[in-house]
Formats: sequence, structure tokens, C-alpha cells
Amino acid sequence: MSKILLHGTEAICEGAMRNGCRAFFGYPITPQNEVPEYMSVQMPKIGGVFVQAESEVAAINMVYGAAGAGIRAMTSSSSPGVSLKQEGISYIACARIPCVIVNIMRAGPGLGGILPAQGDYFQATKGGGHGDYHLIVLAPSTAQEACDFTYRAFDLSDKYRVPAMILADGMIGQIMEPVELPPMRDLKDIPEKQWATSGHYGKERRILNSLIIKPEELEPHVNELQRTYDEIYANERKAECYKTEDAEIVLTAYGTIARICKSVVDELRMQGVKAGCIRPITLYPFPDDAYAKCAAGAAKAFLSVELSLGQMVEDVKLAVNGKKPVYFYGRTGGNVPEEAEIIEAAKNALKKAEAVQ
Amino acid sequence: MKVFQKTKMLTDAHLHYCPGCTHGIVHRLVAESIEELGLQDKCIGVAPVGCAVFAYDYFNCDMQEAAHGRAPAVATGIKRCLPDRTVFVYQGDGDLASIGMAETVHAAARGENITIIFINNSIYGMTGGQMAPTTLIGQKATTCQNGRDPAVNGYPIRVCELLATLDAPYYIERVSTHDVKHVMAAKKAIKKALRFQSEGRGYTFVEVLVSCPTNWHMRPAEALQFMGKECVKTFPLGVYRDKSEGEAEV
Amino acid sequence: MIKILLAGQGGQGVLSAGKFLAESGLHEGKEVTYLPAYGPEMRGGTANCSVIISEHAIASPLCNKPDVLIAMNGPSFHKFAPRVKSGGIIIVNGSVSDCYAGRDDVHVYDVAANDIAIETGDVRSANMVMLGAFIALTGAVKEKSIFNCLNEKFVGKPHVCEVNGKAFRAGMQAVR
Repeated sequence: MSKILLHGTEAICEGAMRNGCRAFFGYPITPQNEVPEYMSVQMPKIGGVFVQAESEVAAINMVYGAAGAGIRAMTSSSSPGVSLKQEGISYIACARIPCVIVNIMRAGPGLGGILPAQGDYFQATKGGGHGDYHLIVLAPSTAQEACDFTYRAFDLSDKYRVPAMILADGMIGQIMEPVELPPMRDLKDIPEKQWATSGHYGKERRILNSLIIKPEELEPHVNELQRTYDEIYANERKAECYKTEDAEIVLTAYGTIARICKSVVDELRMQGVKAGCIRPITLYPFPDDAYAKCAAGAAKAFLSVELSLGQMVEDVKLAVNGKKPVYFYGRTGGNVPEEAEIIEAAKNALKKAEAVQ
Repeated sequence: MKVFQKTKMLTDAHLHYCPGCTHGIVHRLVAESIEELGLQDKCIGVAPVGCAVFAYDYFNCDMQEAAHGRAPAVATGIKRCLPDRTVFVYQGDGDLASIGMAETVHAAARGENITIIFINNSIYGMTGGQMAPTTLIGQKATTCQNGRDPAVNGYPIRVCELLATLDAPYYIERVSTHDVKHVMAAKKAIKKALRFQSEGRGYTFVEVLVSCPTNWHMRPAEALQFMGKECVKTFPLGVYRDKSEGEAEV
Repeated sequence: MIKILLAGQGGQGVLSAGKFLAESGLHEGKEVTYLPAYGPEMRGGTANCSVIISEHAIASPLCNKPDVLIAMNGPSFHKFAPRVKSGGIIIVNGSVSDCYAGRDDVHVYDVAANDIAIETGDVRSANMVMLGAFIALTGAVKEKSIFNCLNEKFVGKPHVCEVNGKAFRAGMQAVR
């Protein structure tokens, strides 16, 4: 199939619709307005549902209802709006309703700015709302991945009955790249959800609920969630390792920043510095195995490059587990680091690490 | 010979409601109506947060438990995807008229083809008697212990009247449960609303005045008298919207 | 690989020219990225976008040091001229801007895009004039690909297609 030029936001929508998403609920917020706009046009064409909700709060709860009734459903927003969704996401996680939430991150905190950022890493990967839970978090770095990861998110979410999040920065939302679209999946191929509340029609009735008031019932439920997260950790960790085999300085970044880091790696190698880059594809579960492997090998230092002020670096440190020094370089406020800045930070990191050794 | 039978739309679980509370009556009215209309199999209920939070244990159909105030949004999600099912929402006054007012108004404005049963007992029951958006002027609550003072607490919200300013709703009525006659009228309204939904007519809303002897600090009989005398003054009973007017009664 | 930065005022067709260029690259089976810089303004603000056309997979989609700058107005010319790679190309819309880049390690081409576009039929196709000059100078994509894209984009609007085609050809001539 030939490639077409698509916006990252459109690629997300296509990935969703082509894997059976038939309900979208959203609320306008920059820089992701192209998602609800595209869905409002496309969903009716495939017999799907589009509702512009009165708020992000309502949108996520519409997802709760629709996905709870067994339909593949999605909502999309940007940072401040995703904060509003957290209540609903926590309920969804507890009631084990599979769905996909898209966050095209903008700069925060507060109303912040509308330019690209990655400040929602903690919120996305550590739960985000109240209680002990996680989402499966995928971080695309190209329009093609925006499509493919959204497609995959629906399968992962259904498989584990854990909500999935597409965590992208504003650049993924705006970029246009060639995308090869997967074929439209037949809804009949998607396994039926026996737990869905869609009218019992004489069979045993079903309940979706997150109120488990007895401690002797709530603890096993949360433990069961935790077992699921362990299973996801065992099966689904994924990272792209770029020229890491002999790398002495290992850069690490996700999303668009990882692409800049790959250019940096090439430039550093031209200058004679053995550099590599680990790009987490799943942010939860975090691909700690990729880091452990480098830490046990040629790596002298790690450098986490973020559009935030030191969030992912905490997971990198846990993964490296003290074996090698881990440094950090980040920009915020909607600023994207230039290659030259990262090159300098990488050289400094390597210099510091060599001085310590 | 006719033998009275409990509706199959209610489970055998014991209701947790306080003695004298008329929530249980409304449960039965809703359940009987659904059964009589033959909608039980294809019916999905949405439970609120508040006294009726355990409603999913009582209504014998598929149920979703919603976050506080979000039930109309949840119901929107279900009904839009499964338009041939019957979707009813059961909410109290704190849930519907305070934290969930946005969801309430917008589901009504969109004319979602769902039925909302609104339980108005003018108090937060489950959390222990705090002031509700529907607490009467002068009525005492744990967060307005000298009685609701408009200068401090504002005025009670009349939801039927508010929703009746919108174009979309098909049917809006306020009923009460303070005596048998009114309970029968409430049943009629609830059944009508559910029937309208099953006929695809649009948004239907029934507000039911309910007593809360525990938090009103009254004996059950006193509470019923209070409703019939006082509550109906602030919340006048009646039909606020009926787009079927003029049609022959079924 | 060629990195192009297109910049100008909102409404001058900067973003559509960039998209057009990316589409044309894709037509030839090349790897392309198109990244608009967005602001809160819907209209009238500054607009710019980065386009990369490459034979191989593209890592960073940013053009901090573009090979080519296409500047549709004075402010964007002066803002981005210092960023152009040494030995690079700047095409500036001489109808509305001076052409003094303040450096002599880049090639500056003065193309009176507005005037040429008015002559060929419509001032709104000034962006196509600039694109014509760009293709003539760099051969980044084939002329044929541009016309294929034009035909595709303006299917059923032969007049618009013709005006844009004329503007594009005139732009090519302007730098020959």
C-alpha cells in the first residue's frame, strides 16, 4: 500500500478507527484540536459515534460509558485537559475498562503554553489520578508510529483490561509525514467482551464498578491489578536502541526529542565520540532491560534528554541502578533543544563520568 | 386469583436505606416500570455517588457505577453507541445538581435519549447531612447549622424549571412520594418517561421528592408531612415539559 | 538530504507551499517531514514551517540550520537569514523585502514574487513563484512532481491550477 502525507493527529485518528474505535469523545484544546475535528468528520462515515463533550471531565466519562458497553472508545486532549480527565481515568482503571486516551502534551504547569513539552511524564507513567494504578503508555516519535501505536494501544488495552495512553509532544501533533495506513479491521475480528454492560438479554447481568467498600475485597482487587501490571511489565517493555552496542555515552529520550538525539548521535560519531541512544517506546512499562544491558557494557554515562525538568531521568536511574552515572539535560516552556546544545551536554556528561572513574 | 409479586427487576439484596427513607419506593417504581414495559433485558442503568451508590446491587440489569456527578455523561456514552438499549440514570441532588450540574445541563441540551430519575431529598444523605443545592431556606444541615441563610448559602436550585428553559428535553416532571396518591402519580411519570425513551422520543427527566428522616432529624411520618407541606412549596409538583401533549394517553 | 525553512506572514501561503513541497517529495518516493511552527494566532501572525526531503529515513524533523531559506517577507528574512547553513541558499521575496543578509557565505536570490505573481494572474500565488525559484536552484524535486501535485490538489479547478502553474514557471525563470 502506498504512503500518504498525514498530520500526526490524523495518523492517531486513522490508527484508532482502523482498529475498531467507534466512539470518540473530546473537548477543544490546543494543540490537539485536529483530533476532534478529524473525528467529527470521519466517525460518522464508518458508523461511529462522535460527541463534542461539555468538558474533558464529561468526555472521559462518556468513554467510561461507551467502552463499558463494549465499544472501542477514545478521547484526546492536551495537558491541562488531561489533568481534568484524571478522575475518570482512575475510575476506568479500577473498573478495568479498556480504552485509549491521547495526550498531545503542551508546556505547563497551569495553563502554561501551547508549544511542545513533555512535562506530563510523571502523570502518565505513575498513575496520574488517585489510587494504585497504571496505564499502558506508548510514546510515538513519527506520524507512522502515531498511527501504529494507537492501533496497537487498543489491542493492548483490551488484552489486559488496562486503559492505554498515547503520550506525544506537540510536534507529533503538528508534523506531517508519509504514513502507510493499516487496513480497516473488521469489527467481527475483535474478541467479544463478556464483561461489557450492553444489556444482558436473559444472561447473567454484569456490573462495572469501582466502589469496593470492604477492605477484604478491595485489597485482592488492587493486588489483581498489580499482577496485571507485572504481566504487562514482563511482556510489553519496548525500546529502540540506536547504535548503543559500543556506545560510551548513551543518550535517552522519547518522542520527537529522541529523533533529535539520533541526529546528535550521528554527529557525535562523526566527531569520534562513541554515542548511542535508547528510545523508550513504552514509557509504562519502562524498558529497564535496555538500560541494564548498556550499563553492563561499554556505557560510561547516560544522559536523559527531556522537554521537562528531570522526570524520565528518575526511571533511567532506577534502570541503570547505580552502575553508571546518569545525567540530565532538559528544556521547558515550549523550547526544543537544538542539536548543538545536546552535543555539548553529552560531551560534558562523558567528561564528568570519566573524571569520576 | 392475582398474587402480588415482587418485580424481577429488583434483586433480592437487602436495601441499605435508612428506615423511613422513600428511596426504596422509587427503586421499586423504576424497576416495576421497566419490567412492565418489557425493557429489562436490554436495559443498562447508571448508578450515582450518594445514597444510591449501591443501586447496582439492587437493579437487576446491567449496571455501571459512575463517578460523582458524571452519570449523564456515562449514559451518553452508552446510549450513543447502543441506541436500541434503554439507559436510565439514577441520581441524587448533590450528584445531579451540584457537582454534576454541567453534565446534567448538557445531556439535556443535547437531548440525549435517556431517562434521568432525580432524587431530591434536599440534603447530602450518604455523607451525613450536609447542605445540598436543594436544601430549603431555613432548613438545618451540618454545614449550615442555623438553617440555610440565603445571604450566606444562596438559594435552592429548581432543576425541573431550569431544564425546562432548554429546547431539547422531551419530558420533564416533578413528582413526590409523601403519600400513596403521589406515589402512584410518581409511578405514572416514571413509566411514561421510560416509555418515551423506548420510543426514541428524547431526553426525559423525572424529579422525585424523597424524605430523609435521618438527616432531617424527624420521625418518618413527620418527614412525609414535611415534604407534603414544605418541600412542595419550594419545589412545586407538575409537568414542566411534555412534547407529547395532545396525543392520546396510552 | 535537503532542509528547507519556509517563512513569512500568515496568509502568504507559507504553510501550504511547505506542504506542497513535502507532497511532491513523497510523490517521488522520498522520505519527507513537514513541521509547522504554530502560534496562538489564527491569522496575520508569523508563519513558518520546516520541510526535509531525503533519500533516507529522517531523524530530527527540525531545521535549526536550514540548507535553504524561503523568506516571503522582510521580518522573516532578517529573523532566519543568520540561521542558514554556510554555503546555503536564501530566496527572498524582493517585492516586499530588502535583500541584505548581512553575511557573504550564503547565496541570496532576490525574487520579486508578488510582482511576478500579479503579472501571471494572481498575487496569491506568490508562494508558487518562490517554489519555482527554489526548484530551479536546487532540483530538490522534479518539476513534473510539482505539476502532478498541482493537478491532484486543484482537480476540478483548472483555472487555479493554471494560474499556480504559470506562477511556478515564472519563478523558475526568475533565477535562471
